[in-house]
Amino acid sequence: MKILAWVVKRDLLLAMRRKSDVLTTLFFFVIMASLFPLGVGPEPQLLKQMGPGVVWVAALLASMLSLGRLFSADYADGTLEQMLLCPESLALIVLAKAAVHWITAELPLVAFAPLLGLQFGLSEQALWVLIASLLIGTPVLSLVGSIGASLTLGLRGGGVLVSLLVLPLYIPTLIFGAGAVDASTSGLGAQGHLSILGALLVLSLLATPKAAAAALRISLE
Amino acid sequence: MFEASRLECVRGDSRLFSDVGFLLEPGGLLHVKGPNGSGKSSLLRMLCGLILPESGEIKWNNVNIRHSEDYNQSLTYLGHLNGIKDELSGIENLRINCGLAGFDISEEQAYDALERMGLEGREHLPVSVLSQGQRRRVMLARLLVARTPLWILDEPIVALDTDAIGMIRSLFELHLDEGGMLILTTHQEMEIAAKTIQEVRLNS
Repeated sequence: MKILAWVVKRDLLLAMRRKSDVLTTLFFFVIMASLFPLGVGPEPQLLKQMGPGVVWVAALLASMLSLGRLFSADYADGTLEQMLLCPESLALIVLAKAAVHWITAELPLVAFAPLLGLQFGLSEQALWVLIASLLIGTPVLSLVGSIGASLTLGLRGGGVLVSLLVLPLYIPTLIFGAGAVDASTSGLGAQGHLSILGALLVLSLLATPKAAAAALRISLE
Repeated sequence: MFEASRLECVRGDSRLFSDVGFLLEPGGLLHVKGPNGSGKSSLLRMLCGLILPESGEIKWNNVNIRHSEDYNQSLTYLGHLNGIKDELSGIENLRINCGLAGFDISEEQAYDALERMGLEGREHLPVSVLSQGQRRRVMLARLLVARTPLWILDEPIVALDTDAIGMIRSLFELHLDEGGMLILTTHQEMEIAAKTIQEVRLNS
């Protein structure tokens, strides 16, 4: 447990020292979501309908943008080797690193999402559902992304490959995440969608750390 | 007791070495020698468990390292890469590396170790402003506080000046004297006094 605390502490400290990385992801998210209204025109009804989907897609891409940082620096300077040799299970270390990735790359997005939602004219109720869906859904992005990041370690053009590997796996999260807001505005209630998102979260918590740990071992052979 | 028998390493299509074996007892030093590209680093990584041997077995206290529960706690491996972060200071790097290896050290202990490594006054600077040799010293400072019986070191004295090499040598001798084991590769000549000295020679 102490080792995991060190992993979390270290990754948070590094994120604090490299604030630009955190801010880049956030600005990408804000700018991307703001470009849509400029492109499709200021029709309020249309924007209201598109809003949740656009915010979710922007969150997805922004989170993917930061995936490269999850392991690559540790791989390049040899820290990852040391993590493989430490007495703690590698899957738990992956879980700790994914948790810090979520805190530094995705929690800021969740905090900014209501502002973007307002920009699309979402109602107060829809905004709350949007926040809830992002809170449950974005950890799935970090966890699933950790598999992609570990599989492409040390490959040339790994960034492009990560998107090809990971984006298809993000689809269920996107459908139920954006769908939750739509369902709530159309009066169906968001509970079903949020429950499925929760199930996806539990599933990825159980399955992805082991898979990513196995991929890391292969990458470091 | 650390034992390897009939190890074989294949990387891609080429066989780097085969039939490598040794038995290392407390206080023993094993020197791995060979020209560039002969597989020295691969052998050391294999002994750590980072690479699976094509055939052969590696045992720590008569248990295969893949099934051994205490092997990772008994091992300190320092490779080619320094494993230190440019953004962090020497103190932070050292404390974090020790923490990741499973033992916590206090700020004073880290301070003391860096001072003994000749980094006095530079403990709080970000590592990015240090020279190559000084970074190596930050990494090697871990050996001063590590209490593991088996050290596997890949070219530990690269980029170090003669003072630092002398200091590292006496550190090695102290470790061996206390019953530790040491496996290392180095291209520089280094006379280390030990109870038993063995050599593994790899040819490409």
